[in-house]
Amino acid sequence: MIRLDDVVRKSPAYLFRWEPSQDAHVLLYPEGIVKLNATAAEILSRCTGQRVADIVAQLAEEFAVEAVDAIRADVLQFLEDARERGWIRTDA
Amino acid sequence: MSEAGSAPTLDGRGQPLWLVAELTYRCPLRCSWCSNPLDLDAYDSELSTDEWKRVLAEARSLGALQLGFTGGEPCLRKDLEELVAEADRLGYYTNLITSGVALTEERLVRLKAAGLRQIQLSIQARDPALGDELVGARVGEHKIAIARAIKAAGYPMVLNVPVSRRNVDRIEPLLALAEELGVEFVELANLQYYGWALANRDELLPTRAQVEAAEAVVRAARARLGRHMTIYFVVPDYYEQRPKACMNGWGAVHLTVAPDGTALPCQAARVIRGLELPNVRRHPLEWIWRSSPAFQAFRGDLWMKEPCRSCDERDKDFGGCRCQAMLLTGDPTNADPVCAKSPHRHVIDDAIASAQRPRGRLLMRARAAGR
Ligand SMILES: C[S@@+](CC[C@H](N)C(=O)[O-])C[C@H]1O[C@@H](n2cnc3c(N)ncnc32)[C@H](O)[C@@H]1O
Ligand code: SF4
Ligand code: SF4
Repeated sequence: MIRLDDVVRKSPAYLFRWEPSQDAHVLLYPEGIVKLNATAAEILSRCTGQRVADIVAQLAEEFAVEAVDAIRADVLQFLEDARERGWIRTDA
Repeated sequence: MSEAGSAPTLDGRGQPLWLVAELTYRCPLRCSWCSNPLDLDAYDSELSTDEWKRVLAEARSLGALQLGFTGGEPCLRKDLEELVAEADRLGYYTNLITSGVALTEERLVRLKAAGLRQIQLSIQARDPALGDELVGARVGEHKIAIARAIKAAGYPMVLNVPVSRRNVDRIEPLLALAEELGVEFVELANLQYYGWALANRDELLPTRAQVEAAEAVVRAARARLGRHMTIYFVVPDYYEQRPKACMNGWGAVHLTVAPDGTALPCQAARVIRGLELPNVRRHPLEWIWRSSPAFQAFRGDLWMKEPCRSCDERDKDFGGCRCQAMLLTGDPTNADPVCAKSPHRHVIDDAIASAQRPRGRLLMRARAAGR
């Protein structure tokens, strides 16, 4: 499982960017395209070598959310999934 | 086709998300399974640099995101760097699909500077002598050296292995090589039987037992490597009960432009008799994609006959591959004969039976004259 003090960054094989023709952020990689929903894009854009706990704090602040517990669970779940798919890596 | 292993997770919403640019059919190798057309010399008038740039711009404005430079051997085009740079400027994710023959360390650096995002290198065997035999040229050592150079230059990389009876039992050493090199993606692509591969099918189609053994090797490697390396295993559709969802549907997300400017819904589409294929030299890409009769021909499901027409799986596989239906049943509106519901399934079973008795006669790919 991903932990709050893990440091996360996007895998170099994936290109993350805004795509106007899709009106969404996309992940481009060899042989694939993934269209991201807004939440996924918010989280991924912060996977730049930061600690997971800091990403959670930033999101809670940015979206003025009281229920930090819920955000934390969502972020951990998403990052776990993203790591499984190879989109992100955790520093050892 | 290398693209068969890919699974776009994005609905095209009617956009040609994937542009395949076949820059040339020239190639110094002679792979007996090459998916290029058999009459190579009929396409020797190659698009110029400026014509390609116009195609790239037009496709991008139609929504294309992924771009594969392929061929033939795309590295034989001297303007490859220039085209990569233009594609990157336009916002494509640029892929180079190559045998590695015309690549050098210097060129890898130049291509990287031009904006190339990733390289798909085809390799046939870990043992250079077997590799040489399979492609009909002495390039086995060079391919392995260039694989190292690609990683050293910092590219994400797909190692593409065209799998046939002649190398299916030798997958393990290739996976070990990929692991050693730190390759991100390995695509074990059982051949698709079009072009030269169809002409050589009896010599190339593996047995079911061979395929199952290879699957076991892949399962073990996946368990060992976990998320460090993604291994795609494209099964040979002949051994399936349902056809592949070819190209995610005709004219749905894929657009191929051939060396002479012919626009194709898939790289094999020339085999369909009566299909009037448009050319980018004569028509704007927007008309070609949206309105040309060739791209409209098998869109949606109105063209279907039974058993597909009333089948509840038709949204899943779109009736399979039109080119395979054409080549093996003589009618592109038939169900792909791979389907167990197809009245033509016997042609597949006959082909499997016939491939159990190969005669050892292999037709190597001809050399294209080029421009
Ligand atoms: C036609 S080649 C052109 C690029 C380059 N000459 C090469 O071979 O890598 C494009 C890709 O298709 C693969 N390929 C060729 N013939 C095929 C076939 N009959 N079935 C599946 N893949 C095939 C090659 O291994 C390569 O990855
Ligand atoms: S002969 Fe081999 S290397 Fe050349 S284009 Fe065909 S598949 Fe690629
Ligand atoms: S009958 Fe046609 S639509 Fe149904 S599964 Fe077979 S090929 Fe697909």
